Amino acid sequence: MLCDVCKCNDATVFLTQILEGKMQKVNLCDACSKEKGVQDPTGFALADLLLGIGAAEEIEKGAPSQKCPICGFTQADFKKTGRLGCSVCYVTFAEGLGSLLKAMHKGTEHVGKLPQRAHREIELDDRMRSLAEDLEKAVAEENYENAAALRDKIKQLEHEKAV
Amino acid sequence: MKFANIMSTGGEWLRGEGPHHQIVISSRVRLARNLKQRAFPGWAKKAERTQILELIKPRVEELPEMQDSFSELLQDLSALEKQVLVERHLISREHAAKSVGSAVIMNRRQTLSIMINEEDHLRMQSIRSGLQLKSAFKLVDKVDSTLEGKLDFAYDARLGYLTACPTNVGTGMRASAMLHLPGLVLSEMINQVIQAVNKIGLAVRGLYGEGTEAMGNLFQISNQTTLGEKEDEIVNRLSKVIETIIEKEHDARQMLIQKKSNTLWDQIGRAYGVLTFAHAMTSKEALNLLSIIKLGVDLGAFPEDRRLPIDELFIDTQPAHLQKSSQQKLNAEERDHLRAQIIRERLRAFPKPDISKVAKESENGSNPEPPTNE
Repeated sequence: MLCDVCKCNDATVFLTQILEGKMQKVNLCDACSKEKGVQDPTGFALADLLLGIGAAEEIEKGAPSQKCPICGFTQADFKKTGRLGCSVCYVTFAEGLGSLLKAMHKGTEHVGKLPQRAHREIELDDRMRSLAEDLEKAVAEENYENAAALRDKIKQLEHEKAV
Repeated sequence: MKFANIMSTGGEWLRGEGPHHQIVISSRVRLARNLKQRAFPGWAKKAERTQILELIKPRVEELPEMQDSFSELLQDLSALEKQVLVERHLISREHAAKSVGSAVIMNRRQTLSIMINEEDHLRMQSIRSGLQLKSAFKLVDKVDSTLEGKLDFAYDARLGYLTACPTNVGTGMRASAMLHLPGLVLSEMINQVIQAVNKIGLAVRGLYGEGTEAMGNLFQISNQTTLGEKEDEIVNRLSKVIETIIEKEHDARQMLIQKKSNTLWDQIGRAYGVLTFAHAMTSKEALNLLSIIKLGVDLGAFPEDRRLPIDELFIDTQPAHLQKSSQQKLNAEERDHLRAQIIRERLRAFPKPDISKVAKESENGSNPEPPTNE
């Protein structure tokens, strides 16, 4: 049986809780149970344990028909398989995934290798962001000559990024 | 390269010549990569999966590391051939279950194997003998860097490489080592070690990965998390933990020689007796007994030149290897007979355990394996 939270490891901790007369069962792997502080039974609620799934239900409530625009994957599919449909799903279901990733990993941000082209893209994004700020300032100061130059630069960078 | 060549050449890591090779059987590093905006293999329809395969396969085959490679579509491999690759850790059990739309490409030395459309579009794995996680990472990292110039990999500036399962997101890297720990098992300290390793966020698994039983006193140790830590940090942390476990294993062996020598010699003697005279043996029993003989070689009870035949038996007595070499499909009972027969034949000229040699070595206080730096 797979862990309800990470859906990757075998469940070793089995919890049952009765909430408002409704019985809920959760199966967790060793790592997830520790992460959730299951050792301390007073300090958790089953609902919180179901972080990923709980978040998923939240998204479902907000937009029941939410589907990944690229691959058509839904939150229900994730609940079933524990795998995502495509890379864009990480954006589509970002809200629910955030807490799930936080629970299963050491950190929340990648600090390792990225493809060479990613470094260029990130650098371009940074430059464009700073230019956009300058542009806003220039417009506010009614320095239109400067603003026009900044706008052209941003356009050029956008073109570079698209190549 | 043909499948027959894979069978006949043992593959570099099976020869067991790397640092700490007495205890660390092999080191593996795998990277998971996916193409941008394409459905992951588990969600893609057959047509899209095949399309993705056709996009990736030629790029992998043209890698300089893959000159003279073995490249096969999964539907063209028999169940037995797939199982042989699983037993050599060249493909995963999950990949062996795949058919149309998946492929495997590996180099002649069997140090690099790339699965297309496993759980992710690309699973690239480097495998080395002994404790060589750093060099294993270096090889697979180089391949990744070449491929990223030709294929549009999915990544996110904040989340790193995007993978089908959120547990692999970030580096997409799983580094692992296969350890042979009979000393810790016999001295009943293995559970303590496993618990300690788990506590620091590393996973301990059986012979064939997730959800498999520990047999032959073989354990896989790997990183559990992939997000928030750099690749080389993960590799260094894992290497340090493994070096500590190696020390503990040596300590446990010394303790057994000094305090439980009767138990130890009994185990080695029994293993020798059963292996040389049995006529039916399951693969589990074979692994467990071979493990004890391997320990005997490590301790000097058998001559060092008998190490290779024992190491070879570890893999040659696995069910698929057994059937492949006998060129026929066998039922469990026939396999057990054949397994015992092969072991008997290979151990025919094997000398009896010589305990006096062990005692002498431990008295001199000589370390059977000098520490090597990776």
